[in-house]
Amino acid sequence: MITAIYLAAIVCIVIGLALSRSRALSCILSLLFLGAQVMITVHGMMNQGITELGYFTYDALGLILTLTLSIISIPMLIHSHIYLTKPLATPSKAASFNAASVMLMAAMTMGYIANHAAVTWIFTVITTLSAGVLIYHHRSKLALEATLKYVFVCAISICFVFVGILFISFALLHDGCSDLFYSDLMAHEATMNSIWVKLGFLFIFAGYTAKLGLFPMFTAGVDAKDKAPAPAGALLASALMNLGFCGIFRVYSAVSGTPTGDWARTVMLVSALLTLFIATIYMARIGNVKRMLAYSGIEHMSVVTLGLCFGKAGLMAAMLHMVMPTFVKSGLFINITQIWRLYSSKVIDDMGDYLKLNPFGALVLVFGFISITAVPPSGLFFSELLVFKAMIAQGSWVVFILTAFMLTVLLWAFARSMFRIIFLPASKPVEKIRIPAWESFTQLALFVLAAYIGFNPPAFLLDLIGQVSAMIQ
Amino acid sequence: MLETIIIIFLATLFYLAIANRMRNYIKILVYQGILLFLVAALHLKEFNVFNLVVILLETIVFKAIAVPYCIERIIRHNGITRETEPFLPHFVSLLITAGIVVGSILLSGSIEDIILDKFFFVGAVSAIFTGLYLIVSRRKILTHVVGYCVIENGVFILSLAVGNEMPAMVNLGVMLDIFASVFILGIFANKIGDVFHDVDIDSLSRLKD
Repeated sequence: MITAIYLAAIVCIVIGLALSRSRALSCILSLLFLGAQVMITVHGMMNQGITELGYFTYDALGLILTLTLSIISIPMLIHSHIYLTKPLATPSKAASFNAASVMLMAAMTMGYIANHAAVTWIFTVITTLSAGVLIYHHRSKLALEATLKYVFVCAISICFVFVGILFISFALLHDGCSDLFYSDLMAHEATMNSIWVKLGFLFIFAGYTAKLGLFPMFTAGVDAKDKAPAPAGALLASALMNLGFCGIFRVYSAVSGTPTGDWARTVMLVSALLTLFIATIYMARIGNVKRMLAYSGIEHMSVVTLGLCFGKAGLMAAMLHMVMPTFVKSGLFINITQIWRLYSSKVIDDMGDYLKLNPFGALVLVFGFISITAVPPSGLFFSELLVFKAMIAQGSWVVFILTAFMLTVLLWAFARSMFRIIFLPASKPVEKIRIPAWESFTQLALFVLAAYIGFNPPAFLLDLIGQVSAMIQ
Repeated sequence: MLETIIIIFLATLFYLAIANRMRNYIKILVYQGILLFLVAALHLKEFNVFNLVVILLETIVFKAIAVPYCIERIIRHNGITRETEPFLPHFVSLLITAGIVVGSILLSGSIEDIILDKFFFVGAVSAIFTGLYLIVSRRKILTHVVGYCVIENGVFILSLAVGNEMPAMVNLGVMLDIFASVFILGIFANKIGDVFHDVDIDSLSRLKD
């Protein structure tokens, strides 16, 4: 019932935002969306495991991801409204941006809690369309290029996922099952035709890497995060990547206990290591601050995927490592709006003296940098340590050494760029613009939350993560 | 009869590999749309009448009329040259397409499944990989769209293979069609030609690290 109310409310809010040319009305509708988001999250937390409308189940994975999305939707909407006060944002552009943001967040929420492979796929299609509108916000040549690449790659990835679902459906039909609920996959995992399952998993994995940000389809996501307005980039770099993880994990959990499980883990391991390698190479010579954050995002999803390959302990660490960077990446992307206002550039060499120009914002940025690079006291330090522990426990020393080496290079590359921005003198004179300190509070809150989860994970979160780890064998 | 239609569909893939005019690509998309219409009409015997009519209408309207017409309009509107501008000679493309079809036949032979209709499987997998090959081997952005449409036709054939048992999969295939149309109409028809006057992939290389 609540899910139906949520969906109906979202349709009305999206239509209202698309038609609205008044800032006040847009603010009210955004607040209504936040209310709806809180409503579905609380409803899910209080009714764990229930299924509504036949296709939506509030299970542990769905709840963790919905909760993180609901938390980051608050700063995202606040900073979207700040961003849209710029003179360049005409009422029609603002209307399409607001409507697309809400549609994207709602589609991700429904994708997280969908209990049917085809329903997850449908909401993934909707995220592609709404993300396309967000990336095209500036209507510039580069924005069009990024939109075109993103939508095109995602269109192909969506085809791949659909083909994968069809292959899985062949395997289920072989077993006399004609439905594609994840529970059906679990029920038939032992008897499904392994060739169909392998082909299906391969296509589904390759397709969802466009969202997850892993090799082979990560490229379009980097361009998209670069050209999308920073508040939208915050969503693309965090919650949308989690949707890719969700799509892959739900199929993986159904095959993890079968001989196909080993094969699936090998596919994920190779993809994650290749992605980490590519991210390391690019980060070492990166010149654009938003692309740097985008590559940092795919680095973290590589670590999450690596965790997934190393049993239940690795999965628990991976889940923690997915939740915390979601907050940190969102906060860092939102912080970019302040950097852009000062330097009118995303090129790192054009920046400098950030500590003098925006002291509080710079301190928050330093905190964000410590958080994202998993340097103690960052909460991510603990989750990365747990992923490493899971690798060593399974005797995967080569993977451990390769990962640790690449993460060290990434830390060096990230630190070099950040110190350039914050401490070194600017290469050209920069006009000092006063940025209110309160605009950094939301980012600070996100970083503090990530650190808190790392040091003292709440019991309910650990309980949910435990339930997720019980989904694999 | 169904087998004959799928073989004709495979022949269109070979023609795509050697076609050197954009107009020929459009014609092939129209033929493929008509062939898929026939396959759907002959194969989906267990569908209820309303659902079958919707799917047949969608196949003929979107695949055989709307999308090809839209691409034709974009070519005329933007004054796009007629040549398809491949990176590789047509002979090499033909060999690669033949390799894709042979590979699909071998793959289908290695899968032991009494439910699987191997003609559907070979047609679908060949179309998916030929579409991918067209995307990576042609210079024009619009040719990439044609490649995507071919992939999508392959996916539609695959969905027809399970259509009688899982009608929802065919409907989802229809949704994918509509998504493709929105994608083509929304981005290409309205924006691409106006912003990028030279519509080949070289004009889309400004975003890089």
